[in-house]
Amino acid sequence: MSIPNEPQIDAKMIADHGLSPEEYQKILDIMGREPSYTELGVFSAMWNEHCSYKSSKIWLKTLPTTGECVIMGPGENAGVVDIGDGQAVIFKMESHNHPSYIEPYQGAATGVGGILRDVFTMGARPIAAMNALRFGDPKHKKTRHLVSGVVSGVGGYGNCFGVPTIGGEVEFDARYNGNILVNAFAAGLADTDKIFYSEAKGVGLPVVYLGAKTGRDGVGGATMASAEFGDDIEEKRPTVQVGDPFTEKRLMEATLELMQTGAVIAIQDMGAAGLTCSAVEMGAKGNLGIELNLDDVPVREEGMTPYEMMLSESQERMLMVLHPEKEEKARAVFEKWELDFATVGKTTDDLRFRLIWQGTEVGNMPIKQLGDEAPEYDRPWVKTKPPAPLDSSTIPDADIADALLKLIASPALCSRKWVWEQYDTLIGSNSITTPGSDAGVIRVDGHESKALAFSSDVTPRYVEADPFEGGKQAVAECWRNITCSGALPLAATDNLNFGNPEKPEIMGQLVGAIKGIGEACRALNFPIVSGNVSLYNETNGIGILPTPTIAGVGLLGDWQQAANIAFKEKDEVILLVGAPKNWGSHLGQSIYLRDILGRIEGTPPPVDLSHEKNTGDFIRSLINQNIATAVHDCSDGGLGIALAEMCMAGKIGANISESKTNPISAFFGEDQGRYIITVKQSEYGKLKSIAEKALIQVNRIGTTGGDSLKLGQARSISIKELKSAHEGWFPDYMKEEL
Amino acid sequence: MKSALIVFPGSNRDRDMIKAITQISGIEPYLIWHKQTSLPDVDIIIIPGGFSYGDYLRSGAIAARSPIMKAVKKAAQDGVKILGVCNGFQILTEAGLLPGVLMRNKSLKFICKNVKLEIANANTDFTKGYKNEQIINCPVAHHDGNFFTDEKTLSQIEENNQVAFRYANGTNPNGSLNDIAGIFNKEKNVLGMMPHPENLIEKAHGGTDGRALFECLFGVKS
Repeated sequence: MSIPNEPQIDAKMIADHGLSPEEYQKILDIMGREPSYTELGVFSAMWNEHCSYKSSKIWLKTLPTTGECVIMGPGENAGVVDIGDGQAVIFKMESHNHPSYIEPYQGAATGVGGILRDVFTMGARPIAAMNALRFGDPKHKKTRHLVSGVVSGVGGYGNCFGVPTIGGEVEFDARYNGNILVNAFAAGLADTDKIFYSEAKGVGLPVVYLGAKTGRDGVGGATMASAEFGDDIEEKRPTVQVGDPFTEKRLMEATLELMQTGAVIAIQDMGAAGLTCSAVEMGAKGNLGIELNLDDVPVREEGMTPYEMMLSESQERMLMVLHPEKEEKARAVFEKWELDFATVGKTTDDLRFRLIWQGTEVGNMPIKQLGDEAPEYDRPWVKTKPPAPLDSSTIPDADIADALLKLIASPALCSRKWVWEQYDTLIGSNSITTPGSDAGVIRVDGHESKALAFSSDVTPRYVEADPFEGGKQAVAECWRNITCSGALPLAATDNLNFGNPEKPEIMGQLVGAIKGIGEACRALNFPIVSGNVSLYNETNGIGILPTPTIAGVGLLGDWQQAANIAFKEKDEVILLVGAPKNWGSHLGQSIYLRDILGRIEGTPPPVDLSHEKNTGDFIRSLINQNIATAVHDCSDGGLGIALAEMCMAGKIGANISESKTNPISAFFGEDQGRYIITVKQSEYGKLKSIAEKALIQVNRIGTTGGDSLKLGQARSISIKELKSAHEGWFPDYMKEEL
Repeated sequence: MKSALIVFPGSNRDRDMIKAITQISGIEPYLIWHKQTSLPDVDIIIIPGGFSYGDYLRSGAIAARSPIMKAVKKAAQDGVKILGVCNGFQILTEAGLLPGVLMRNKSLKFICKNVKLEIANANTDFTKGYKNEQIINCPVAHHDGNFFTDEKTLSQIEENNQVAFRYANGTNPNGSLNDIAGIFNKEKNVLGMMPHPENLIEKAHGGTDGRALFECLFGVKS
């Protein structure tokens, strides 16, 4: 076959497509001839790390992905989890790291757009969004600009689309200076009998293109996302897509309306690698071939080549296989919403992926091999050497109140209000708990009392020190945060952000973290139902902190029972649950050690999964019995920070007794599996007997009341002072924004 | 009372509004697609929040020129009550049914938070469920809520008691002139407001201060 007007393939072009010589040889073997330029593009799009998971697949397979409530695990656009009463929650988290570093507003916006599309492609109306953002050192010259752009982009897209953003994370660390992380999560609600999948069925059926027109934006984006950054980064700007939330909103309404007509057989959104990936996935899953007539693809620029059309990552596009007799009805729906509707091809029985352009065949590839025979690597890896434990005798005495004020006002622990006030947290009228608590809680439409809780978590410095324990901790903290709302954690999605997997030590981090995640998910009955892997997060050879973000979903029987962190009344008993008798002891890898003493040392706090499960189940039962009036877990910054947050949220102070041992480790240690709760004085006796029966350690540590927080012997700090310290840093920092 | 809710491409608080109206009045509003040219016989017309036409050009500008707006203007002249919230307010100003414009927030950022509102005129069909100078809670969620007009118009608005709500206790989130959060037309049958009363009508919302607006508008007692 000869293809006219196409450039010749040479070694440089192969390398520019992110393909190794071995991978190119494999393409030659599969094709039995030299591929055309367009075909090379298609292969590179399907075989890049982002789409093929070639470095991670072998390890991802070890994760638990099934469970009583799991309707669909990884492999579709998003995971599907049963929440009873014929309803399902559909959710996923996905990264948009590389584009967001190059062009923060559009990169973040299209990250949100992509994940929303994954959810409504399956027939679910999005009901909640979260985002986990990681930026470089606040002092780095680019950081302020990136924070500003990413937050505006997340808000700009989500607010216009109309989904409440109810949680997330914002973290700063110099290790993200050259490579920020933008992980976007979305969840939607659907009836269990009305979920749509991507598997094409039936031969000779129309393949229909819907949504926005195809332009040159994002050509090669997925390949770009699978490479390290160097100093040529500015040149990559054209590979960033441009988002249009208004079109996305119409695309969702049209898609959901179309689904109700019964016209849709299979559906796949055009995300990474656009038309290529969506068409190949639909065909390969259904054991069918696909023939596309590229002259019929709606384009918004003149002279687009087949290569550009196949690799464009223009946003807000869908591909569907429709019932031919309902094609006209479907067209009418899309015309109402003023979106493009074009029949661009058909399903075939020959298992070939064929591309026709101007009457000529410009591509003809075996469809199964494009997906299924993508390279899969068992890359060499070395286990991360665990650091030496911290010698606690090296921790100098300090003023607890001063330390608390310093930490609560630090970039790591200060209020993220400046961020979340730019997100619409209320749209939908179902937001029960908005950002600022442990988990966001959203009421379930169509049910009188149910609600869903969402949280996103990971502590990258723990993962760096010990990937296995850090992986466990990410899962445990997410599970714990959902538990704090009173919800039963059901399932999670993972977004694994790592450096270059071709380096054995980076691969070792990935392997260790996945093993830890798997172990924790199994112990906590918290399967991974969807996810995304983002590798090559390096700039000039420096990798990010390993960041396996875990976002989870939990179910609450009655939203009226949803707990939050705010102290509710004065004179309530404050209890520390699940902690050792000395309250806390582990300062290794803690925020205190890093931000007060400037030391990054020691092992991260270990996670005892059975302790975690027992304590969490106990806390949940207290919430469900209306015994606990406020609930918060102890995480970054430890007990002292958690107590300050509860005071500020409830505008009620607290008097905490003196700790039995070193107050620094008691108030700032980051021991895992600990919760603070409050109960009415009258309920304390009842609680104690329940705890004894359940063999749960409960320490009575203080009483609520007054307008200041007093930690043991330390001077008391007024809530006003705490709040002004806590809420000051972010707006002050961003004021200098250019 | 019967109501019609206008849906534009990009409306997104239409669902919140439908829920609030249905829950409070017991009757679902008619949903009117923006391309329609006539309205059913209704007592109340609602223009909900969102990003009609993606806020392209100027927020509300394109929607104000949609086919249905001729019928809405006619209804306004005929004394039908019209409530525009958030993007609805922007559309009503762009359509000339209310004075002034809504500029980008002073911070230049989208802002979603709870604010305090003072009832500036409780003697209307929309606000008689409140008392003059009463302070209520209400959330805002907008990018373009900074009310502005020329001095002459502003003094007319004030003299005619056209201000419905003002941001109170220093909670003005957007730089609006005279802390204006919502205004009536001269005849007091058209109300536009930036805050979202439909998001504060039941216990799940953390308060019910928005309820009285719908209760008196729809003539139902709590």
